[in-house]
Amino acid sequence: MELDFSPVWAGWPQLLRGAWVTVEITSCALLLGCFMGLLIGLGRLKPERRIVYGLCTAYVAVIRGTPLLVQLFILFFGLPQFGILLPAFFCGVMGLGLYSGAYVSEVVRGAIQSVDRGQMEAARSLGMSSGLAMRSVVLPQAVVRMIPPLGNEFIALIKNSALVSLLTIHDVMHEGQKIISVSYRSLEVYLAIAVVYFVLTGVTTLVLRHIERRLRAGGMVQ
Amino acid sequence: MSAPSPQAPLVRIRGLRKSFADHVVLAGIDLDVAPSQVVVVIGPSGSGKSTFLRCCNGLEVPESGRVEICGRMLFSDGQRLPEAELDLLRQEVGMVFQSFNLFPHLSVLANIALGPRKLRGLSRADADSEALVLLNKVGLAEKAHAMPASLSGGQKQRVAIARALAMKPRVMLFDEPTSALDPELVGEVLQVMKLLASEGMTMMVVTHEMDFAREVGDVVVVMDGGVVIESGPPETIFTNPEQDRTRMFLQAVLTRG
Repeated sequence: MELDFSPVWAGWPQLLRGAWVTVEITSCALLLGCFMGLLIGLGRLKPERRIVYGLCTAYVAVIRGTPLLVQLFILFFGLPQFGILLPAFFCGVMGLGLYSGAYVSEVVRGAIQSVDRGQMEAARSLGMSSGLAMRSVVLPQAVVRMIPPLGNEFIALIKNSALVSLLTIHDVMHEGQKIISVSYRSLEVYLAIAVVYFVLTGVTTLVLRHIERRLRAGGMVQ
Repeated sequence: MSAPSPQAPLVRIRGLRKSFADHVVLAGIDLDVAPSQVVVVIGPSGSGKSTFLRCCNGLEVPESGRVEICGRMLFSDGQRLPEAELDLLRQEVGMVFQSFNLFPHLSVLANIALGPRKLRGLSRADADSEALVLLNKVGLAEKAHAMPASLSGGQKQRVAIARALAMKPRVMLFDEPTSALDPELVGEVLQVMKLLASEGMTMMVVTHEMDFAREVGDVVVVMDGGVVIESGPPETIFTNPEQDRTRMFLQAVLTRG
């Protein structure tokens, strides 16, 4: 059996278009994931605020406890039963973003709780409200500590985005499968798809490493 | 150093009680601090000194008793000042911690200027120039743009004092400010505290530095087991204490070195 990459070379523009859709969808989902993660992470800092804490904890439990594929299908195939017809791209971003948010929230919470209590006390004893102390003293320190674990989450998000090809979204996975359906060259095309994901995750790793290094050089980390 | 003032006390504490789980830390403390007075709180570790000080700016919440500070009732028998008013009151009550708690992500200057910018509404330029004046006062003007991680412990604590002073407090609380320092760095911090005392700052100092207590304190308060066992002018406490427990404690700490 010989490898024949000619369908990959011929379908390259198509794969690149798909790769771009993957970039678009993961970027949007990443923003949503960070936003949700910050919100939920902050919501889980104080168990004594029962309702907020309970809602946020339930969110994390449900999202982490069920498969992403099921969540995506509920959004895309389930909601139309109630007459809620959402565009595929929107469902993809929502599904991936909400899923990622649950994991990011744990990163956020862990990083905030790892900042020494004395920082909050020092800020409060100057007269800062807890919100102001969080924004100007605790969060800037926590963000630096979030970067390495966030990198893992972002990479997981990029790879998980392959599932949205099942929502008729024309991402790199979907485009690849279209090429396979006419060329029957599964191995070659899947290898090409794997390369695309590898490049995307590699670039993400490098960018985050660069950001972390700059923050450290700026004296953000002791 | 200054004579006890006839003015109304700036800090008035009555019947302060606090326990963690079933361990009683403060078992009814009464204390008045007059303006410009330096009150030094001494006593064996675990006697409740730090908890007592932290009740004075609301970092700890007592179960009962009253804390009146800068003319406002911080705690009154389980009633606590509302959060927003507590924040305002804290601007008038500076606190210096044993572990400095400088903000590691900000330069020395920015550590000091942060409070004035965010809370007193100063522009960056004004806050920075005020911060420089304070840095001069604690002898660290040349470190304005250094990051806290590059400072020695003594320098960090002097910056922390400047940071607290930047809010222009009326009372300064010092919670074992030299306990985390190498012995050779203690002097520079005490020097700054003496300067503040001589300028008439009202101070409450929890410390193990007996020389400081003797030299700078107007009143020395001896705590043990969550109560004030004795208080008075340093000459009396150090040369002729009434309580055996005070005598034993002083003997233990003074013969140590």
